[in-house]
Amino acid sequence: MDALLPIQDRGGPAQPLLLATGLRKHFPVAGGLLGRTTKVVRAVDDLTLSVAKGETLGVVGESGCGKSTVARLLIRLIKPDKGTMVLDGDPVDEPHGITVNELRRQVQMVFQDSYASLNPRLTIAETLAFAPRAHGLPAAEARDRVRDLLAKVGLDPATYADRYPHELSGGQRQRVNIARALALRPRLIILDEAVSALDKSVEAQVLNMLVDLKKELDLTYVFISHDLNVVQYLSDRVLVMYLGKIVELGPVEAIYGDPQHPYTKALLSARPSMDPRKRTREAPIQGDPPNPIDPPSGCRFRTRCPFAEEVCARSEPPLADTGSQAVACHMRVAGSGHSRAVAA
Amino acid sequence: MSDLLQVRDLHVTFVTPDRTVHAVNGVSFDLKRGETLGILGESGSGKSVTLRSILRLHPEHRTRWSGSIKLGGDEVLEMGSRALSDLRGQRVAMIFQEPATAFDPVFTIGQQIAETVRRHTGKSDRDAWKRARELLEMVRIPSPEQRLKAYPHEMSGGMRQRAMIALALSCNPSLLLADEPTTALDATVQIQVLLLIRELQREFDLGVIFVTHDIGVAVEVSDRIGVMYAGKLVELAPVERMVDAPQHPYSRGLLASTVHDGMRGQRLEAIPGAPPDLAEVPSGCSFAPRCKFARPDCTASVPSLREVEAAHAVRCVL
Amino acid sequence: MAVQGPTLDIGGAVLMKPRPSPASRGYWQSVGRRLRRDPVTLICAGLLVLIVLASIAAPWLGLADPYKTSMVRRLYPLGSPNHWLGTDELGRDMFARLIYGGRLSLFMGVTPVVCALLIGGLLGITAGFVGGRVNMAIMRVMDVFYAFPSVLLAISLSGAMGAGTENTLLSLTLVFIPPICRVSESVTTQVRGFDFVDAAKASGASALTIVRVHVLGNVLGPILVYATSLISVAIILAAGLSFLGLGVKPPEPEWGLMLNTLRQAIYVNPVLAALPGVMIFITSICFNLMSDGLRAAMDVKA
Repeated sequence: MDALLPIQDRGGPAQPLLLATGLRKHFPVAGGLLGRTTKVVRAVDDLTLSVAKGETLGVVGESGCGKSTVARLLIRLIKPDKGTMVLDGDPVDEPHGITVNELRRQVQMVFQDSYASLNPRLTIAETLAFAPRAHGLPAAEARDRVRDLLAKVGLDPATYADRYPHELSGGQRQRVNIARALALRPRLIILDEAVSALDKSVEAQVLNMLVDLKKELDLTYVFISHDLNVVQYLSDRVLVMYLGKIVELGPVEAIYGDPQHPYTKALLSARPSMDPRKRTREAPIQGDPPNPIDPPSGCRFRTRCPFAEEVCARSEPPLADTGSQAVACHMRVAGSGHSRAVAA
Repeated sequence: MSDLLQVRDLHVTFVTPDRTVHAVNGVSFDLKRGETLGILGESGSGKSVTLRSILRLHPEHRTRWSGSIKLGGDEVLEMGSRALSDLRGQRVAMIFQEPATAFDPVFTIGQQIAETVRRHTGKSDRDAWKRARELLEMVRIPSPEQRLKAYPHEMSGGMRQRAMIALALSCNPSLLLADEPTTALDATVQIQVLLLIRELQREFDLGVIFVTHDIGVAVEVSDRIGVMYAGKLVELAPVERMVDAPQHPYSRGLLASTVHDGMRGQRLEAIPGAPPDLAEVPSGCSFAPRCKFARPDCTASVPSLREVEAAHAVRCVL
Repeated sequence: MAVQGPTLDIGGAVLMKPRPSPASRGYWQSVGRRLRRDPVTLICAGLLVLIVLASIAAPWLGLADPYKTSMVRRLYPLGSPNHWLGTDELGRDMFARLIYGGRLSLFMGVTPVVCALLIGGLLGITAGFVGGRVNMAIMRVMDVFYAFPSVLLAISLSGAMGAGTENTLLSLTLVFIPPICRVSESVTTQVRGFDFVDAAKASGASALTIVRVHVLGNVLGPILVYATSLISVAIILAAGLSFLGLGVKPPEPEWGLMLNTLRQAIYVNPVLAALPGVMIFITSICFNLMSDGLRAAMDVKA
């Protein structure tokens, strides 16, 4: 089956592996007597991002910022209301492009809940063989591939192939989930909070494994997490989201070393300190993230921002390039009308 | 200064027809008034079970206790149901990870806090309501008068957690038990709640036991940190000592495997393997199978908790 | 991708050691083990097997002719010679009639449930898996049927179509489709929400394959358990219809019909008149308890 050979690179290293432009997803909230839509959750709004070949793009943000929706949009588990996606030069789900199924061959996903993402009635081998079999791989070859995959994620095939998910520990189950994502030999793996539910000592094992697999199999990652430390450890570039919008995007050194958006700053300084002599004295920002139903007008962060001014409510700040990174804040736009705006 | 709480050689075993789980195997510690003890451990380490045992929250018919839990001289494990219900809420209060479960969805926050105040202090409706308002102010909930009339689902996660802290403190307890109260919260909200707990603890001279799996969180709130593994305290030390010079190989491994600033590009020092099955009582050190320093005498007998320095105890033969 | 061992030093050696647990057990094996330790369910299942086998083997058990009437031997009490369970109002042997009656009664109880299971299950799983408008269309139609109490619905359907075994079966099937459909829909919706279904979708498998491999295995158990509990209702309803003269016609032995024809004898020999009712009671309660036991045994987290 040619469908299961590793996929050849097409556009060369400079062409982004995945390019998403203007993605939007609003979820209707049913309300009223007849289930008429009265409100929408603006989960993702006008999101444009590119993933370069071989990089790890970290996506951080708090609950309700839309990062999981981004994951599901990128693999088309949900259909965007608007926006286009291009995979290594091929438009996805468009007349002259590739189909959604072809996209899913090259893009795979690992979910957070290691238990819910494995079918409790299937053995590990059956779970791993499912996708290759569905793509027409003969049973004998699928069996070989299962053995390969298990070995790749550090689980002894002889011991684990015929076990059921509930007989494995959380870390082992997550290894199986990673193995399943590798089963079709994808190029891009979306890791949606893939290590968040694991204990720290196990998390470190899995992180090491992800680093090794990336090198060995020439993979590209989109790593979505609320844990800033883990994102910093793994990512080359980082995207910070707030209420469905990108607030800051740039290389990991720039984002962590010189955060420009007030939200990124707050997020970074809200990390618990690891030094008892340097405890946090004051919370960087007050209050909770607002509900993504009816987000604030203009800049969505303005309700919690210490520097908010009238202009922030009036107009939405564009994602502006500052040289090292891109920031969506009126203070970074010359002539925006904000009193602290940078000089032109 | 006398100890507020004294736990000695606590064992907790859960018995079901299917299996027996030795969740806690000999935990001892003291807690003074005004002190915060952080209990750090991974899932299944027995940290939560230890905490809940202080209020005897486990189902009586399936749980076997031994050892002693003394709260200001009273033995909790021997209390009758009357004494126990006095203990819960009055002298000891508890806050949980998921505040949604602590509130009844059909009553407003104010009704629930006022009702608790009324029940425990016998105040009039009006005074109880006033007290509820004060409590919300105390946990820094903005516009408390309005919030009293809100239903739990109308509040955000952080506000609910604050309201739960208000409810917990409504009867002036001397001991606050916190079971991962910030784990479900967002980063920017978590730090606010941690700071609040720290402040209230100082203001009311509370003893606090704070259970968490997050080292950063433990460092932020604790005076002392106890590390639990497989139902035992393997190390107990002042927070500075724990961060600077952890002695037990598990504590060291846990600190080393936690990703933080400046570890980019380095290989993480993971602890190999997974925690043991708690169905069997181990004959030696529970950590020995994963320990890179393990020696034959590690599995011969369970190492005792010994002091390596003032107030710093380690359960390791090394 | 060559078959290379892992090049990962993640403490693989330690990880690969099998955990000290017995040989891997499948889900159904652990359900079986739990069932074997549940005496109530075992006894009920045993009784049902006995009743079913006796009904099937009735012609070969050397019983008296269940149709042979006798004006002389009417309403013999229990424990009479040659008729140890007595005789009915037409002098037919009660024991033979009760055993033969099981054939029709069980048939009338099981068949509509099986038919409804096929139709309702298919509709429900489709509605649950596809969701959206399809779900809306199917479930709203079911709601219309749901608006009538099942007894009323069965009586009106049978009344409209006329008495007779086939019509009873048809009306009972129609009565049971909505509840089975609703249960199937809700478990399917629940299973569809699990990440493993999303993972299967993300692997590019067809909807049919996903349903076959990932959905059926997880929903059939609960649906079957529910269907088992409906058998008792079906038996009672079928008996009720026959009692009202809307089901089986005399002289066929059927528990509900026997209850009807014996009701004049209630002042003469009340115990005798109650016997068909006892059979209905035992059978339906056995089905109910067995379904409860199955549900408990299947309710393992894994």
